Amino acid sequence: MARIVVTVMLKPEILDPQGAAVRGALTRLGLSGVSDVRQGKQFVIDLDGALDSEREMVLTKLAGELLANPVIEDYQLRVED
Amino acid sequence: MAPRIGVITFPGSLDDSDAARAVRAGGAEAVRLWHADTDLQSVNAVVLPGGFSYGDYLRCGAIAKFAPMMAQVIDAAREGLPVLGICNGFQILCESGLLPGALIRNNHLHFICRDQRVKVETNATSWTADFSVGQNIVIPVKNGEGGYVADERTLDMLASENRIVASYIGNPNGSMRDIAGITNEARTVVGIMPHPEHAIDSLTGPSADGLAFFTSVVSTLTVGART
Repeated sequence: MARIVVTVMLKPEILDPQGAAVRGALTRLGLSGVSDVRQGKQFVIDLDGALDSEREMVLTKLAGELLANPVIEDYQLRVED
Repeated sequence: MAPRIGVITFPGSLDDSDAARAVRAGGAEAVRLWHADTDLQSVNAVVLPGGFSYGDYLRCGAIAKFAPMMAQVIDAAREGLPVLGICNGFQILCESGLLPGALIRNNHLHFICRDQRVKVETNATSWTADFSVGQNIVIPVKNGEGGYVADERTLDMLASENRIVASYIGNPNGSMRDIAGITNEARTVVGIMPHPEHAIDSLTGPSADGLAFFTSVVSTLTVGART
């Protein structure tokens, strides 16, 4: 079994109002010195069998077409052993 | 013969009935289309209605763009089929790559629902031909993720090519440059965040200002058929 973790974050230049609200809450709840919070998404994808090159190609393509919108988001794939 | 305008229903669409009613009020025949079908039924234009297609899961419009009917719409739109995306429909058009930019969470995080003053910036599109440039209209806005964003280059391009279709008077959601609606290069595909289909008569809406979107496309299609 292979596990692939895809992390999706809004690009740095895109306003993240949810992150800003979380930052406000953290500060309000006693955490000092919070300079910034960005909120993102993580997809944990389990595959039967090993990640072969064909499925890696499909997944890489779909990460940019489905999981993330490259107009506003950056994404990273990480294969976990 | 009246033009035939398709209205696509996705799982989670809310405003498809109002959109079909507005199409009829504009003088066209409304053809209801189902997201999972692949036959556009030779319609002359398409409306993508508001709502929460596929529950807005993942991102608004992100799953709808892969609907079998959308594959047909995307191909036909690239060939010149007029398409109007309202609210969630605008989000689908951006996700599909038919329009540039994207729509993100409102800057104040609240869902907003109110009658909105909007300025029509261009009548050189298939869906705004019956307006005058600079006309102020009032139509409802209702969204949680209606903040229009694009990079500076895209925003400059939209402005210089006169492709900003409508702008907010009193920005409700943090949209860059007060953008409420834009069009594609061919000026046939229009995405707009506020809802013209909810303002087609004074009985059910705050005004009848939205009706001109639907009469515009009928005018455009009729002129096109004559030439």
